[in-house]
Amino acid sequence: MSDADNGPAVRFTDATLSVGGRVLWSGLDLDVQPGEFLAILGPNGTGKTTLLKALLGLQQLAGGSAQVAGQTPHRGSSQVGYVPQQKMFDADLGLRGVDLVCLGADGDRFGVPWSRKRVRAKAAELIEAVGATSYASAPIGRLSGGEQQRLRIAQALMSDPKVLLCDEPLTSLDLRHQEGVLELLDQRRRQRNTAVLMVTHEINPILPFVDRILYLAAGRFAQGTPDEVLTSERLSRLYGTPIDVLRVRGRVVVVGGGEAPEATHHCGADVVIPA
Amino acid sequence: MTNITEYLGYPWAQHALIAATLIGLTCGLVAPFVVMRDMAFAVHGTAELSFTTAVAGLLIVNDAVTGALVGSVVVAIAFALLGRRGTDSNTSIGVVMAFGLGLGIFLLSFYNGFASAATNILFGSIVSASTRDVVTLAVLAVVVLVVLGVIYRPLLFASVDAAVAEARGVPVRLLGLVFLLLLSVTVTEAAQVVGTLLVLSLAITPAASARRWTANPVAFAGLSVLFALIAADGGLLLSLALSNTNIKASVLIAFTSFAIYLVSVIAERLRSERRRAPAVAAATAATT
Repeated sequence: MSDADNGPAVRFTDATLSVGGRVLWSGLDLDVQPGEFLAILGPNGTGKTTLLKALLGLQQLAGGSAQVAGQTPHRGSSQVGYVPQQKMFDADLGLRGVDLVCLGADGDRFGVPWSRKRVRAKAAELIEAVGATSYASAPIGRLSGGEQQRLRIAQALMSDPKVLLCDEPLTSLDLRHQEGVLELLDQRRRQRNTAVLMVTHEINPILPFVDRILYLAAGRFAQGTPDEVLTSERLSRLYGTPIDVLRVRGRVVVVGGGEAPEATHHCGADVVIPA
Repeated sequence: MTNITEYLGYPWAQHALIAATLIGLTCGLVAPFVVMRDMAFAVHGTAELSFTTAVAGLLIVNDAVTGALVGSVVVAIAFALLGRRGTDSNTSIGVVMAFGLGLGIFLLSFYNGFASAATNILFGSIVSASTRDVVTLAVLAVVVLVVLGVIYRPLLFASVDAAVAEARGVPVRLLGLVFLLLLSVTVTEAAQVVGTLLVLSLAITPAASARRWTANPVAFAGLSVLFALIAADGGLLLSLALSNTNIKASVLIAFTSFAIYLVSVIAERLRSERRRAPAVAAATAATT
């Protein structure tokens, strides 16, 4: 047990991931410490979401090994919290925010149809912590994207996970809500030492918060602090084609050139003009 | 108007009332999940196909109900296998349903007995429920109640939030199949009362009405059961009261169910207006 407590929250050792016979990346060695905030960047189809799935036990590695809190990843682990890719709930769904949060603790339990008192109390506590108390008993489909996302984070925290996996939690949120969600994740990792791994397309909003970046592209990857990874030299090497990383008015703009059209995918709101 | 209590002295009316209650209970329980999982078309498809399997039952074992019940399981599995990718499940249900109905009419041409045994399936014939039918219904109601009670929370999780449910270890696919089986059996039961053509009035409308009152999943299920019971029993009692007019019970059940829906929609409108009214008053007070 002490090993799990002192060791890294997430560890990949010489890991290879392939989907449908195609190798997405290989030879990945990565340690994420408790309380660390790691952003996973890169164009579509490079295996960012699949990396999260490997940690959830939903995807087998083709080689090497992965560990979460000292254990081999398996479905239903209470060590892992999961905030899935933003998908709005149906406007007429018969579910309130508080019910969604409770499902995070007892949604896998067969038996009594309703939540126990202890679960409801804990849900109320986490809803308060994410600032969703005022709308938690409204039908969830009537809430905005940002409000739904806060409730999803509360849901993911119900099992007291050591690792929080977030898949594009900022998509379709406006800047103010993006910051709100990021502050929430940042607060959690600082106060409770929860490691946060976040797949995202948005570079600039996350820069003030993240410790490290794992950048996946063209079957290769680069990892390090934002300043180490987000350089023209490093990304050009990663993509195997000239890439310019510009710092304009405190913002990072990645400009892909020539034959790397996929390099334009990851920049979200930033204007990217291929040369 | 005839005296209802006089009718209820007869065994056939008692059987009918028990049958309506059992069907109201099971349909009301299943309906919220039908709505949450967006399976209205699957209900319709299962109901229509129970006509085909009932005719097959008549031909093979001379019993429509047995045929329909066995058939419902086959149909559920066929839907599950064909609709695996999820997105195209409505299309595959349509394909199976169209073929199945044609097959049912084809099979009917071989049947030399009373055609009413088959048309009863289409339009419902609660007043002809036998003791054996009532016992069958009771057993199925208990099965649906117990199974649904046990799988309620994981099924809710899988229905509203499949991606996270799967990561949390919920057997999403298996629960989907189990629910499809429960649904098919329930719909087939209900088809005997309201007929395959009107099944949706018990398997969907009560949940649609209940949703107008609450988004709390447990209260949602409770209200859905209540509304289904009011529709099934109320419609039946109404048909006894109006027995001289010869309106079928299934028709009155469908009407009652829809009346509850209308009341629920109007009540929701009124409540949201009342909620808005003070806000508007406050806003105008602030500006003046």
